[in-house]
Amino acid sequence: MAVLTRIGGPVGPKEYEQALMRVYDLLAFNFRVITRQRVRSIMLLIAIAIGVLAINLLTGIGEGGKQFVLGEFNLLGKNVLIMLPGKKETTGGIPPLTGETTRDLTLQDAQAILRLAEVSAVAPLIPGKIEISHGRLSREAFTLGSNRAFFEMRQLDIAQGSILPDVPMDQAVAVCIIGSKLRRELFGNRPALGQWLRAGDSRFRVVGILKDRGQGLGLDMNDVIIIPVASAQSLFNTEGLFRIFIELRNLHDLDKSRDRITDLLKNRHDGEEDVTLIAQDSLLTAFADILDTMTLTVAGIAAISMLVAGILIMNVSLIAVSQRTREIGLLKALGLPARTVRIIFLSEAAMMATAGAIIGLLISELALFLARRVYPAVLFDTPNWAQVGSFIVAIVTALVFSAIPARRAANMAPVDALLDKKADQA
Amino acid sequence: MIELQQLCRDFLIGDQTVHALDHLDLTIDSGEYLSVMGPSGSGKSTLLNMLGLLDRPSSGEYLLNTQVTSSLKEEQRAALRRDHIGFVFQSYHLLPRLTARENVELPLVLAGVAPKIRQATVDELLRRLDLSDRAAHNPSQLSGGQRQRVAIGRAIIMEPDLLLADEPTGNLDSKSGLEVMALLEELNAGGITLLVVTHDEEMGARAQRRLHMVDGRINQDWRPGRTERI
Repeated sequence: MAVLTRIGGPVGPKEYEQALMRVYDLLAFNFRVITRQRVRSIMLLIAIAIGVLAINLLTGIGEGGKQFVLGEFNLLGKNVLIMLPGKKETTGGIPPLTGETTRDLTLQDAQAILRLAEVSAVAPLIPGKIEISHGRLSREAFTLGSNRAFFEMRQLDIAQGSILPDVPMDQAVAVCIIGSKLRRELFGNRPALGQWLRAGDSRFRVVGILKDRGQGLGLDMNDVIIIPVASAQSLFNTEGLFRIFIELRNLHDLDKSRDRITDLLKNRHDGEEDVTLIAQDSLLTAFADILDTMTLTVAGIAAISMLVAGILIMNVSLIAVSQRTREIGLLKALGLPARTVRIIFLSEAAMMATAGAIIGLLISELALFLARRVYPAVLFDTPNWAQVGSFIVAIVTALVFSAIPARRAANMAPVDALLDKKADQA
Repeated sequence: MIELQQLCRDFLIGDQTVHALDHLDLTIDSGEYLSVMGPSGSGKSTLLNMLGLLDRPSSGEYLLNTQVTSSLKEEQRAALRRDHIGFVFQSYHLLPRLTARENVELPLVLAGVAPKIRQATVDELLRRLDLSDRAAHNPSQLSGGQRQRVAIGRAIIMEPDLLLADEPTGNLDSKSGLEVMALLEELNAGGITLLVVTHDEEMGARAQRRLHMVDGRINQDWRPGRTERI
């Protein structure tokens, strides 16, 4: 009565030659183990999640801080050079006793620079403070004398009206653009465009209102009045420019362009090299390098928490292997090769690491989201390398530290494992 | 067909060598039904582990279906166990977190058999084991007899040639024990070589061929019609 043997059907030993567990089955099998040993699993998840959280949170804060600081400096494009009068010696030591008479930077200098082939735009700047009044209201406001190119270089957008007219730099025009705060305080709810302001002893017609924008290098751009540079010269009774912003066509020959500009100024100033030219790019790069190093350091410190998690993984996995000795014995009796036993333990660790990493990432994203809510000025955002990196570190840590437990499980002699007397009977 | 030639298995306990199996010679034909009896420590379980390729001999040779097994690598031995040998244990060795159905299905899962084939095979087997209505239960929710039936299902789902049972009724009441023995004998009737290690004289007496072991040797090999003393 061959009722039970040869149950027939399409299965036969030959079909099992592959003898590899299907991935889905493997995951499902591990999932059972993970959900059954809840305390152990939660402990591991927390450990991994904290490691990933630390890496992401700290690099997120570091990156936010970096972007904040660079943003402050980065109002000018990378291809903009800043020229200031006077040679700033950086060699240290005692300045020459005779002193140098510093020649002013003039509008003619600016126009000469603009004629260079590699220069696409030039914006002169004369800043000052002056009493601004409209009707009975008056207040002191920061005044910037410049030109049309200035708006694009400093990325100043207009909310209403237009920017300064396209006139030669040495032509004074009685128009001004004002910041939103200044507009509010002088005009309240009444329209400001087309109205006349008094600044010192001159009058300017308001042709544009700046878009709202926060602080930039300590200057509140909402509280300024911008007038043509020639008007500022007469208003402040000065010839000399405070700065010249020079926009280059491209960054390829930065050094060559610098030399050309310096030579030009030297020629114009009787062979005296009496101006300083700053590439803000180099400044920014130095800053970015420092801040990047800080972020990396912080990430490295955070990664140490991963090491702690790894040691925990190893301990807990060793305990698990010893608890599951009889199960391992059974699996081996059922014909599971050592290799697959190892895969089972390693994949279980990888699954835990993945889950823990996802939890850590989500918490970190949530925390940074809340931080952005509280401090909108700082863009807290974990860089992608840190997100991917923390994920990889978590999984690699889990695999490395469960390698020994997995090998111990794989190398158990089936008979010893089956007869393990310590374990409970199933 | 199984052949043991001068098989030894020594254990070192302290500084003393114990011969669990002592130059054993044994031939078992396909389809035989054997019981192995003897006092504790006589080597019954060691013999069973040896036949099941769970343990390696210290010396001697074990031929399974004329294949020499001593030179096989662990992976090859695992494959032989998977395809040719089923185990039934006294304590069932069911995985507690899996249902009865999943325990029966486990060897197919480990062997990477497609879910569709698994489903049909397991359904059929559970039906024949009269376990269909217990399929979704965990082992802890099953009676001892049911647990052992699940374990037997797991042992035979890969259609082995050899079924090794170590005290299969040891944890069962006499009624369940008899049911389990009947089931094993039914399997033997279907062609599986059945070897039962037992303490129970009554259970042992059911076998067609009865081995009795003492000190790692077979001192009695009884078959219907003749008694052979070694």
